[in-house]
Amino acid sequence: MTVHFKQDEPDNSNRLDRMKQGVLGKPLPRIEGLAKVTGTAPYAAEYPVENCAEGVLVTATITRGEVASIDRTSVLSMPGVIAVVDDEKMCTRAAQGTANEAPMQGPRQVCYWGQPIALVVAETFEQARDAAKHLKVEYREEQGAPLDPNAVEPEEQEDETVHQGDLAHAMAEAAHSVDVSYTTKGHASAAMEPHAAIAQWDGGKLTVHASLQMLNYNITELADALDMEEENIRLVSRFVGGGFGSKLGISEEVVAAALAAKQVGRPVRVVQSRQQVFQTVMRRSETTQRLRLAADANGKLTGFGHEALVSNLPGEDFAEPVLQSSHFMYGGENRELMLKVARIHRMTAGSVRAPGEAVGMPALEGAMDVLAEKVGIDPVELRLRNIPERDPEEGLPFSSHKLADCLKQGAEAFGWDNGPRQPRQRREGEWWIGTGMASAARVHNISETRARVTLKADGTALVETDMTDIGTGTYTILAQITGEMLGLGPKKVLVELGDTRHPRGPGSGGSWGAASIGSAVYIACKAIREELAAKVGTSEEKLDLREGKTAGGDALTDLLGGNDLAREGHYEPGDIEDDYTASGFGAFFAEVRVNHYTGETRVERMLGAFGFGRVLNAKTARSQCLGGITWSIGVALTEALEFDPRDGHLVNCDLAEYHVPVHRDVPDLDVVLVEERDGAASPIQAKGIGELGMCGGAAAIANAIYNACGARLYDYPMTPDRVLAAMPE
Amino acid sequence: MRPFQFSRAPSLSEASHQTAGDNTLAIAGGTNLLDLMKLQVETPSQLVDINRLGFADIEDTDDGGLRLGALATNTETAVHARVRADYPVLSRAILAGATQQLRNKATNGGNLCQRTRCFYFTNIDQPCNKRDPGSGCGAIDGIAKLHAILGTSDQCIATYPGDMAVALSALGATVQISGGKGERSVPVRDFHLLPGDTPWIENVLEPGEIITGIVLPAPVGGTQIYRKVRERSSYAFALVSVAAIIELTDGKFSRADLAFGGLAHKPWHDPRVGECLLGQPPSAELFEKAADILLKDAHGFGENDFKIPLTRRTLHAVLAQATEDAA
Repeated sequence: MTVHFKQDEPDNSNRLDRMKQGVLGKPLPRIEGLAKVTGTAPYAAEYPVENCAEGVLVTATITRGEVASIDRTSVLSMPGVIAVVDDEKMCTRAAQGTANEAPMQGPRQVCYWGQPIALVVAETFEQARDAAKHLKVEYREEQGAPLDPNAVEPEEQEDETVHQGDLAHAMAEAAHSVDVSYTTKGHASAAMEPHAAIAQWDGGKLTVHASLQMLNYNITELADALDMEEENIRLVSRFVGGGFGSKLGISEEVVAAALAAKQVGRPVRVVQSRQQVFQTVMRRSETTQRLRLAADANGKLTGFGHEALVSNLPGEDFAEPVLQSSHFMYGGENRELMLKVARIHRMTAGSVRAPGEAVGMPALEGAMDVLAEKVGIDPVELRLRNIPERDPEEGLPFSSHKLADCLKQGAEAFGWDNGPRQPRQRREGEWWIGTGMASAARVHNISETRARVTLKADGTALVETDMTDIGTGTYTILAQITGEMLGLGPKKVLVELGDTRHPRGPGSGGSWGAASIGSAVYIACKAIREELAAKVGTSEEKLDLREGKTAGGDALTDLLGGNDLAREGHYEPGDIEDDYTASGFGAFFAEVRVNHYTGETRVERMLGAFGFGRVLNAKTARSQCLGGITWSIGVALTEALEFDPRDGHLVNCDLAEYHVPVHRDVPDLDVVLVEERDGAASPIQAKGIGELGMCGGAAAIANAIYNACGARLYDYPMTPDRVLAAMPE
Repeated sequence: MRPFQFSRAPSLSEASHQTAGDNTLAIAGGTNLLDLMKLQVETPSQLVDINRLGFADIEDTDDGGLRLGALATNTETAVHARVRADYPVLSRAILAGATQQLRNKATNGGNLCQRTRCFYFTNIDQPCNKRDPGSGCGAIDGIAKLHAILGTSDQCIATYPGDMAVALSALGATVQISGGKGERSVPVRDFHLLPGDTPWIENVLEPGEIITGIVLPAPVGGTQIYRKVRERSSYAFALVSVAAIIELTDGKFSRADLAFGGLAHKPWHDPRVGECLLGQPPSAELFEKAADILLKDAHGFGENDFKIPLTRRTLHAVLAQATEDAA
């Protein structure tokens, strides 16, 4: 039985606060943690499948053109080689997040260097890889593919454009104004687990074990790619070794494995190499951004301009949504926002951890620091003065808005000195030391979703959904929500995820997983509670459940009388999505040291204060925030994709040369979870966490670099060469 | 990875005999070689495992120096009591490289032989004169941030990526080599070669020759510094590194042994740099003069132009620190 709830109004009942089990929000360790750290949790490529052949993708060595011919005989006589697959249905790009349709297909048309064009299948992985490197391919190459985003006429993304008032006039009249340009380099998701799939056919039925974030969309994408009915496909993704956006949509190996398995008549596993993951899945676009801020004598914004140039391949809808939070972050009645996309022939640009704000907020918050200096006020105070009452463009109320609390609580916890700020005030030996801060924002997303909860006759509960846990803690929080609602210790709740046999969840992405799937589980549990309440002659509101018993001492097992009680929760966001602007907010504070001689920057300590609605598990929530802050260190200091200027290929395509922060780059981090309940965000008053922790943090570091050594940089990442170039003598 | 033969050499002479064969490589820790084989940058038809040949000891020499077995691991070497006490620049250089896991496996001999991390060398679908002679250099007009500013040729601008050898160069260590023609010793400073017209020849090892040890001269004391400038604080190759052994007598430089990493196809040692310091009291002007000498012929390739001022400043910092510590 399905219980459908469409949310048109905020739910400020905070029902979960009045439940009696007392498990929700507690810092429980991850349910699956032991299995993961002991290597017993199977990842996509690790499922034991008998008679499995191994496939390795062959990738293009031209930038644009056509595959003229593939000489199969060049490899078919090699040891162990079974087949060369170049089916027209093979995908040449990964699907964008929530695409819900097949990504670009047709491997003969080459659009970027490194694009998959074929698959070699062999008995062993080593044989397949060797043969893939030996496959003779002839191309008809088209010269002159544009590669430089600044050298082409870009397309305007009109739905992002805002012209409100007269910004030029506001800038001219402003007591203080800032007009600065920033750049950010491309980023890779850099998940530890490479993209992998094992495909098995049983007649017309296909099962694929893959590493994916959003099975509910992925099954549609795969069905579309293969021209199949969804009911003939099963996708399994129980454990995912990090996604960070790169597994939102299906990528090339999933479709290739399915087609190859059909062709060779046995299961086929395809694992992308580290280099292939870097070169074929997704990049975050580089950006060029112009920020214009006009302010009165007190620092109150009168004008706000944010324009950005990003890039993508021809035919891709996705444009890095740089301006996403800029639309509502600060006031200023005169507004100009514009996003443009340059069509170039580098690999696909798509969602990479916190698309949009991850690079938009560091630019905006850098510019705000410049403004604070011009106005001569504390940067925290500047932000406090510019928090808008309502969404400055849409005029909508905010669902809940904790920026001021985050700024104040964060400053307090960090020990922020709100006195006058001058760069180059503190030096220890070779090192300049300084502090900086920035605001955080990440739009709240929520999605339609379903989950089944079964209260078993034995007094345990089972939660089933095709939702994934990509390392974020989904297994654990769903056990906590269920346990809280049904009065069960979390060990009495079994959570089964990552299988399309289960009801469709929202998938993990855009930080919407917990609030969305948590709401479906909540609705299912509430329906079960109604049944139980009826059995003991009370109302659902008055039913107190704890440790498998009602307040009156009735055991759940007795009430169930030997029968399971199952309900499917179906949550659908209704008018709340249109009636409010909803976002998580936060504030970052950083202390850095910058070496006077070498320009090396090391973060000494960093603190983030975040408001994202109800905390479902204080430990996994904190871990997500720590992870986000860590990524913001990467954005600030180390991460940069480098593309060859002649053929557009990604050159630094492994974890040795693409620099994510290492342990020594991640110092004393701290997190303040700001108390919040956001009833317009979801019926469980929760919002997204995962990405918020990296949305703006890079600017806190950049602003601290300026405060430390007087080098004001406008280009991320702030590597030693750039810091030195900007360092005053 | 291509199919290859694997043999375990029972003796040094047998190892030498086997590795003299065509397309045959010796394998010790394999931390670099195996990665390159997976990428098919290296495609040996035979690997000769030399791990059981002995020469893994670290032992005193008659003249008070120290002999590092070629098969001793980087970790064993870095934590060795005498290395830490008498050759701290070496210990620091090793610990500045790679990761703990890699250092546990990597050997001293293998470390000397590691290949460049040039992006075009490690990608077999790109041109590289080092990997595929005559195919061109992808880096010269490509992404060259990590590349060399000294001793380059129009064939190759790759850098030698290691840290350990930079310290060995400053220390004036000697490489012991065994091969078909018998034993020979080569100063570390002469072991690696500049690219010239033969960038695929990276060191003086002849086919069949195997490194058996590295001999450190008797300790010289002094202030020993290894400074590695890099984009993240661990597990990154040097933008520039400086190994320095500095001594002051009566306020003047009486020893200044300097070697540099990240600048060239080999650890860079220019005796004139140290010589210009000797007998002089430390001063900012003197440090600049040393940098002038070091960088006189330096030139960048656009992206790596920054290495010239960075090297100047890093040398300045190292000399300032060393003379401060020594004073």
